[in-house]
Amino acid sequence: MIQLTINGLPQQFESPINVTQLIDHLALHGKRIAIERNGEIIPRSQFSEQILVHGDQLEVVVAVGGG
Amino acid sequence: MDNLVIAGKTYTSRLLVGTGKYKDFNETRTAVETSGAEIITVAIRRTNIGQNSNEPNLLEVLPPSQYTLLPNTAGCYTVEDAVRTLRLARELLDGHSLVKLEVLGDPKTLYPNMVETLKAAEILIKEDFQVMVYTSDDPIIAKQLEDMGCVAVMPLASLIGSGMGILNPWNLQIIIDNAKIPVLVDAGVGTASDATIAMELGCDGVLMNTAIAAARDPVLMASAMRKAVEAGREAYLAGRMAKKLYSASPSSPTDGVIARADTTTKKSTTGKSA
Repeated sequence: MIQLTINGLPQQFESPINVTQLIDHLALHGKRIAIERNGEIIPRSQFSEQILVHGDQLEVVVAVGGG
Repeated sequence: MDNLVIAGKTYTSRLLVGTGKYKDFNETRTAVETSGAEIITVAIRRTNIGQNSNEPNLLEVLPPSQYTLLPNTAGCYTVEDAVRTLRLARELLDGHSLVKLEVLGDPKTLYPNMVETLKAAEILIKEDFQVMVYTSDDPIIAKQLEDMGCVAVMPLASLIGSGMGILNPWNLQIIIDNAKIPVLVDAGVGTASDATIAMELGCDGVLMNTAIAAARDPVLMASAMRKAVEAGREAYLAGRMAKKLYSASPSSPTDGVIARADTTTKKSTTGKSA
């Protein structure tokens, strides 16, 4: 069991997962998003390679209206 | 053609608009289209996890293929938060490097913290971002931001969202006179005449959000702002007449006026009146 903090909220997973699997889990597949892991950008090209581990802090962002 | 050039890219519109505070995406899109703006600001925020995953996305309404998106750092109060936000924005927008940097100093006034802004600008420029920077209307700071490599300086007219108009045209004038990069008034415009005044001062453009979004009829105000920016720009290029205090000058010929009443011999037909 691992715990990830996603946008400030803790979530548990049975085992380590990669970023692509996380995106599917969050129903964000096909959405235009960007992800930061522990303060560092995860390039889209590395989504399937990067394995998330217990304690990772993730920020998942989109563009919204702003001035 | 009289175009706006920012970081080597040419734009025909000198009005830049934000996309916040509209009642729905349809109103956002209609107002943006009506404004004629080519550069539009967006904010970067956490996505909703596990809820409304089918709700429309702003970028589907205003596609990056059609507009130059200008991600901002609204809500950031530190160098680190601003820099991280724009790194996320660049990843989100496929390497797009034109950004709007703002580092706020105070939640009540949203006044920029220029010490932090200077530090953040330096980091971002080193990372090859093209930085359009929100700044106080301090001419020295504005020049420092230009010298360090920002692609545009964007002094406030008055506080963000205040609609108070241009409070210090003299400072803006100094900033404009000193700058070799575009100067855009950002924040504080309340109505069309404010935008016109900014352009008449010689600003290269105006960036606004609330003045349009918070109007009773945002789409009509977007149209007004488009015309106001164009009118102000044309007036600036035309060069206004000199002001002549207490020295009137008639527009019509002074010769050939018909005989004055006091030089005619005919009696008044209205009786006693003078």
